[in-house]
Amino acid sequence: MNLLELLGYFNYWVFAIVLTVGLYTVIAKINLVKKLIGLSIFQSAVFLMYITMDKVEGGTAPIIQKGMENQVFSNPLPQVLILTAIVVGVSTLALGLAIVVRIFEAYGTIEEDEILDAD
Amino acid sequence: MDLTPHLPVLQVVVPLLSSPLLLLLRPRGLAWAGAAAVALLSFAIALNMALAVAAGIQFSYAVGGWEPPYGIALSVDAFSALILLIVTGAGAIAILAGKPSVDREIDAERQPLFYSAWILAMAGLTGIALSADAFNIFVFMEISSLASYVLIAGGPDRRALPAVFKYLIMGTIGATFYLIGVGLVYMMTGTLNLADMEARIGGVTDINPLLVAAGFITIGLALKAAVFPLHVWLPNAYTHAPHMITVFLAACATKVAIYVLLRFDFFVFQANLDRHDVQFSLFLMPLALLGILVASAVAMFEGHIKRLLAMSSVAQIGYIMLGASFITEAGLTASALHMFNHALAKGGLFLAIAGLACHYGDLRLARLAGAARSMPWTAAALVVCGFSLVGIPGTAGFVSKWLLLDAALDEGRFAAVLVGVILVSSLMALAYVWRIVETLYFKPAAQDVATPTGEAPLPLLLAAWLAAIANIGFGLFPQFPLELCSAAAELLLGHTL
Repeated sequence: MNLLELLGYFNYWVFAIVLTVGLYTVIAKINLVKKLIGLSIFQSAVFLMYITMDKVEGGTAPIIQKGMENQVFSNPLPQVLILTAIVVGVSTLALGLAIVVRIFEAYGTIEEDEILDAD
Repeated sequence: MDLTPHLPVLQVVVPLLSSPLLLLLRPRGLAWAGAAAVALLSFAIALNMALAVAAGIQFSYAVGGWEPPYGIALSVDAFSALILLIVTGAGAIAILAGKPSVDREIDAERQPLFYSAWILAMAGLTGIALSADAFNIFVFMEISSLASYVLIAGGPDRRALPAVFKYLIMGTIGATFYLIGVGLVYMMTGTLNLADMEARIGGVTDINPLLVAAGFITIGLALKAAVFPLHVWLPNAYTHAPHMITVFLAACATKVAIYVLLRFDFFVFQANLDRHDVQFSLFLMPLALLGILVASAVAMFEGHIKRLLAMSSVAQIGYIMLGASFITEAGLTASALHMFNHALAKGGLFLAIAGLACHYGDLRLARLAGAARSMPWTAAALVVCGFSLVGIPGTAGFVSKWLLLDAALDEGRFAAVLVGVILVSSLMALAYVWRIVETLYFKPAAQDVATPTGEAPLPLLLAAWLAAIANIGFGLFPQFPLELCSAAAELLLGHTL
């Protein structure tokens, strides 16, 4: 595989790297808010993958207008799917942060090791 | 007007729409009554469909009149009917009987919120079982998961909070892995409809993205299903959740994830990927065996009755995966039947424990000693369901374990190992259930624990006995679930030829 082919997959490389960074953050960080940040990064990577695969070369936004009937359009379906997935991601993050607030109220800390010591 | 063709969509729309309405029922007890009515109605719908499916009717429904593969399709076959029956049955019984327990644990003004989330969780779980669309399954999975996180964190125990945080992190990673897998399949086939996917996947020339997708989907769903060693979120979440939520989730939540896993692996991948069956077995069989042995061993030495049974749940998930990993009709039938029977046994056990919890603040075994003397009926229901968990002849657990043994004997050179593991783990199950029996019946009560003043509240006691009687009933007459299960197994395997 030569360099150009590798670069051709640029977006997918970014996807893989961002995904790994997010997953690493979730696993390695002890602070619960940092874990949630990692989780958000992890999910964003997937959004990028979906958006990348729907792009058609030379394609434009999939909106039919007068005089544009013969245009090449990008695939709208993954965009719709990812809109839903973004909403899911936002609600998960909101719920996660709400739980962190309640953990702080109950334990006075959001460091995982101190919480484990407290019980 | 005949509503029968619309049953699939009603199954999910009724709880989904009534969930926000429950929020408005502020006066005391009204939210419970509303939730109970919705849960009963859902159960009636599921039962109706299960009977129709057993009579040979298949449901498929195009939502909004958009025909598949373009629109979102719902379908009900034997396998999904079985899962729907488990989900709505567990939900209806837990909500109906659980009022005394919920009243103790949840403040009156927060109860409408609590029941609303509960019905939402049920809507999500039924949606997963109904949907024939890969992305729709993801959405319903997240609906049910988000609602379950709220439910688990809703109780008075502060240890539920870190537990639910861990569940949220691992559950979201699992769902995201599933999403990556679905994206890769969509990339190669251009469809999200499961049936259409199966048809088109054969024409894909570059197989590598599909292999990656199969990996992501299997791991993601195994995380959701708490397959060993991805089960670490489960014990604490079950232990510290409100007792009735433990009843509901232990009976159905992980089974729905297993259902999606089997459906995806058997319907979509098995028929089209070369050597997928071998990889599937090689991957899942060792994990199932390890899960059965390790989780049973941990349960033997666990001191908290709820965590003991949660560890046993991990072992039971091992049995279900083991049956599936044989990829034979006998194995899959045993696997599906074990889902049903385990829901009965574990649901009944946790119902009885919710009854104990009305008198005991602390559920560690040492504190429960001698409970049978003041609560004989509650303890007896617990013992009957416990025997079903072990697989004593005459109980439902025996039927599925016997079928599993029978299926294991056909596995050629592995048969001896498999049978050995099943027998050893059954002995271990006997050991941990016997520890509970011994504590409840034969040990002197702990000195500083107040003796309970009476039995568990009547609704809980009745529900626990209903489960106990069902355990014996389906142990002696297993025809109806067995029929659904063997039809489900045939269906799953029909797609592997």
